[in-house]
Amino acid sequence: MTAVRERPASGEALRAVLAVRERPARPNAVRASLTFGWRAMLRIKHVPEQLFDVTAFPVMLTLVFTYLLGGALAGSPREYLQFLLPGILVQTVVMITMYTGVALNVDIAKGVFDRIRTLPVWRPSALVGALLGDAVRYTLASVVVVTLGLVLGFRPAGGVVGVALGVLLLLVFSFALSWIWTMLGLVMRTQNAVMGASMLVLFPLTFGSNIFVDPSTMPGWLESVVRLNPITHLVTAVRGLMAGDVTVGQVGWVLVASAVLVAVFGPVTMRLYATRR
Amino acid sequence: MVAELAIETAGLVKSFGSKRAVDGVDLAVPAGGVYGFLGPNGAGKTTTIRMLATLLRPDGGWARVLGHDVVRAADAVRARVGLTGQYASLDEDLTGVENLVLLGRLLGFSRGRARSRAGDLLDAFGLSDSAGRQVKTYSGGMRRRIDIAASIVVTPALMFLDEPTTGLDPRSRNQVWEIVRALVGEGTTVLLTTQYLEEADQLAGRIAVIDHGRVIAEGTSGELKASVGAGVLHVRVVDAGRRADAERVLAGVLGVPVVAEGDPVALSARVSDPLRVSEALAALARSGVEVTDFALGRPSLDEVFLALTGHPADDDEASGVGVGVKA
Repeated sequence: MTAVRERPASGEALRAVLAVRERPARPNAVRASLTFGWRAMLRIKHVPEQLFDVTAFPVMLTLVFTYLLGGALAGSPREYLQFLLPGILVQTVVMITMYTGVALNVDIAKGVFDRIRTLPVWRPSALVGALLGDAVRYTLASVVVVTLGLVLGFRPAGGVVGVALGVLLLLVFSFALSWIWTMLGLVMRTQNAVMGASMLVLFPLTFGSNIFVDPSTMPGWLESVVRLNPITHLVTAVRGLMAGDVTVGQVGWVLVASAVLVAVFGPVTMRLYATRR
Repeated sequence: MVAELAIETAGLVKSFGSKRAVDGVDLAVPAGGVYGFLGPNGAGKTTTIRMLATLLRPDGGWARVLGHDVVRAADAVRARVGLTGQYASLDEDLTGVENLVLLGRLLGFSRGRARSRAGDLLDAFGLSDSAGRQVKTYSGGMRRRIDIAASIVVTPALMFLDEPTTGLDPRSRNQVWEIVRALVGEGTTVLLTTQYLEEADQLAGRIAVIDHGRVIAEGTSGELKASVGAGVLHVRVVDAGRRADAERVLAGVLGVPVVAEGDPVALSARVSDPLRVSEALAALARSGVEVTDFALGRPSLDEVFLALTGHPADDDEASGVGVGVKA
């Protein structure tokens, strides 16, 4: 047969690999999730551009808002930074959670999703692994923003521990929030639609919060809306942790909200994942 | 010994909105060998495969793959089958070796074993030189090969190949055929969908012809051909001016329509009884029409498809991609 001559490798090698009928035991949930997390790391290695939105973008946001608004809102950029930095950190990380849904949607469009779904692994592991990979990106973004803040004169009273706990709380909430975007990623037809829908939710949520100004300066009706916004609660808790004056209630609110998000959107997402055509 | 069935379905149905993509498919695919699933684009081939591979839930009927129900024992099915679709289903940003190691790890291999298995597969598929390159830089043929390699990181008992040669050049197509034959040689059952009749003819032991979501014929390629008659008689006359006479004589003896071909000296007729053919040729000689050559060809699967469905195999969106077929 001509095909054998054309092929660089021999038909014998082909038969040899096919003759191997080794069937390893299926990996447990943790290992499967970590393997998918490893895939996310490989993707960062091959497509480093995707780190642009967790490095350059937060730097730009922090600089622009600190120097643009600082003088007007707090007398000086340095003063304003003490208030703004935890908020801008939250905005940065919360905004990039939407890429979780976008990445999943791309996997579906490219057929990778089908390959993954025919594997006999713990079903949520592909999503959990991707979210673990995202957690690395969120951490990186946090390090960039906090470092920049320290350089510009941010002096948190909570110290290293307070800042670290603030970032950790933000990561927990972002992980929980990402389940909404994975759900959208499964439902929507194109990655642009996923991005558009995510922006539509995230813009009002982040700007209609206490990230930039104290809600008590707002008109009464707006103040009540802003105080209901979950992002406001998150910013208050992160700010409190970094300033060292947090209350148990503030942190508790965020943890409960995160648990509710996972409890609601986790199962909905997994149901869609299993039945998507 | 009773032959084992690799796939068994009854009344399988899947609708998308008001369209019944799969409309009551019954299959009994024996273990071992290649089973061909032949039909034009949109016939329901891919939808059926996606149900059998547990990617889609059937709306009606049931399916057992290697003895396991595709809905109730989906994980047992997933552990034993491989699927290669029409589109590359690997992470194109990762390298070939990374993709295979990733799958090996997900299937439960240790890090070292996943690496050695990936290396063996890349060697066997002639891809070792490109192992460290991102899959998006691969040619169409290489991509199809790595995609098949990805489906046999653990050698499956049953392999679904959904139009594995669509869009490939003849050389790459031959390589895929070679892989299919090797798979079968090592004991894997292959369910292969194709819109290329030649491909089904070349590879498949048994063939199901599917159109509009239904199986309209099933059997070996020989049985399918026999079901539409003995074959086609082709006759070429010396003098184009005598073709009309020849047509009359042949039609009289054969009792079937005789078709004047585009070539002004050629005629063809679909015959059901081979004995009539020699009578017709004798009658032609007696009438003094000189013949340059004649041939009785068994019908090609193209002709079978036309006879079964009333339309050629590639008259849907598939037109233009179909490879020319000569039996």
